[in-house]
Amino acid sequence: MSFQQKIALAVLAVIAAAALGAGWITPHSYAEQSREFISAPPSKDFWLGTDDLGRDRLARLLYGTRVSLLLAPAAALLSTVIAALIGGAAGYLGGRAERMVTTGIDLFLSLPWLFLLLAVRALLPLNTSPVMSVTITFLLLGCLGWAAPARIIRAGTMTLVNSDFLVQARAGGVSRGRLFWRHLLPNLRPIFLAQFWISIPLFILSEANLGLLGLGVSEPLPSWGALLRDLENYSAVLQNPWMLAPAVLLVAVVGCVQLLLGTEQSAGDRAVC
Amino acid sequence: MVALVLRQIRRILLTVVVGGLLGATLVRLGPGFGVDERELDTRLSADSIQAIRAQRAKDNNIGLFYVRYLAGFVHGDFGFSRSLNRPVAELLKERLPLTLESLGLGVIGGVSVGLALALLTVWWRAAGADFVPSLLSGLCLAMPAAVIALLFLWMGPWIGAATRWAIAVVVFPHVYRYAKNQLIATSQAPHVLAAQAKGLSPARVLWAHVFTPAAPQLAALAGISVSLAFGASIPIEVICGSPGVGQLAWRAAMDRDLPLLVTITVFVALMTLVVNSLADIALAAWKPAEEQAAA
Repeated sequence: MSFQQKIALAVLAVIAAAALGAGWITPHSYAEQSREFISAPPSKDFWLGTDDLGRDRLARLLYGTRVSLLLAPAAALLSTVIAALIGGAAGYLGGRAERMVTTGIDLFLSLPWLFLLLAVRALLPLNTSPVMSVTITFLLLGCLGWAAPARIIRAGTMTLVNSDFLVQARAGGVSRGRLFWRHLLPNLRPIFLAQFWISIPLFILSEANLGLLGLGVSEPLPSWGALLRDLENYSAVLQNPWMLAPAVLLVAVVGCVQLLLGTEQSAGDRAVC
Repeated sequence: MVALVLRQIRRILLTVVVGGLLGATLVRLGPGFGVDERELDTRLSADSIQAIRAQRAKDNNIGLFYVRYLAGFVHGDFGFSRSLNRPVAELLKERLPLTLESLGLGVIGGVSVGLALALLTVWWRAAGADFVPSLLSGLCLAMPAAVIALLFLWMGPWIGAATRWAIAVVVFPHVYRYAKNQLIATSQAPHVLAAQAKGLSPARVLWAHVFTPAAPQLAALAGISVSLAFGASIPIEVICGSPGVGQLAWRAAMDRDLPLLVTITVFVALMTLVVNSLADIALAAWKPAEEQAAA
């Protein structure tokens, strides 16, 4: 691990710890409204000031970070599992099944990600409870983000299936089940892990875009996307530069994850908008 | 070459059929399908309501619905927008030129800057030469397209057309990283070492022996960039208030106008696919014959 990667890991650890310990850092809840402190500047009580409803910006930022940092990996896990099942099965079975799955993946990839996300999100109720909206948003990300990792997992599985040690194992009479569980799956684990990590910044950025468009997590639950909507008020941002904190934190987290992944395998290699 | 063209045509046709079927399914399953507010008109008699229901009944047959939807799509009838009360084809015709202009200029700008910086990085091989471009591209990759659009919107009075700039900034880091890796890989090939040993100038080595052999791979970036730019056009057009197709898709999502949204999605997918196919065909035509034979 390089020096830069160690720093990135330390920054991520501090941010994650702050998000998990939000209750200790600020006494306010993300939804608590102090009517006497509407749009207040930073103070001893409110380190990042308050928003136009009198809610503590720091509390909203920390709880929003918790939502994004916990649910983006959950969505990444879901998409990696779906990709592993579809891509792995296609690569392992080969032949017509593999060709059909590859065509399906190509078709899915030709649909622009954000357009598809909007179409499916619009199909579901928009006036849902905050918890339901957060679940729907990240479930959608997980369910729709499988195609790119599936393509890579399929290619990895095909390479392994045709590798010398598997051919030898097959020739030695090893059963299909044992071949799969003992020889194929452990060797595919690095690909699964890489796809899982690459998906995390992708989903964080997608949630931020959806939130800014008003199609993400519902109020009063905070998320990075919802918090970024405050930036649309340019004059308010100029007067209160601390409103940029969610954007700075988002860039820091995604940048650190990309540094950890290395330049060769960053989320930039997958279509992130 | 002919086989490749046929394969690409098959891919596009398949997308029309599968995308159309998926789109029709979404429209049919969407909330509000089959509901007609005219039925609430108290002036209508029972017979009139019955006639309205009979008229709508043909849509309830799923097989017929699919056939009509696909046939309409092929003939340029993309349906009717409920929220805007206008034909979808008319809306697309009105908004597409603006999106295509922003996308075209944005992609050209992003690709040019990305390629130029990648070439500079490879040419200037000093330690840390790629620090600034890598930092810039990393920063751009870490920002959602909507935030990039906001930044350019703020700078609008000084730079003009924020949409194009924002699209260029979304495209640039992807192009830069891919091009840099490709050019570095090519610059380490034995023929480049031989050219350097013969005493050719660095500029000539870079142009004739590094860039030209890597050009076909770099041409493939065109397809990827268009796909990326289309995806980014939604948040960028919404934030910048540009009345293009991206903004139309967002309005359709907010108004839950599924016929409009699904048609835009399939239409954009088709355009992306056509550009990707053209890039693939150009790539195949560019490759030397012996390379194709080896492939």
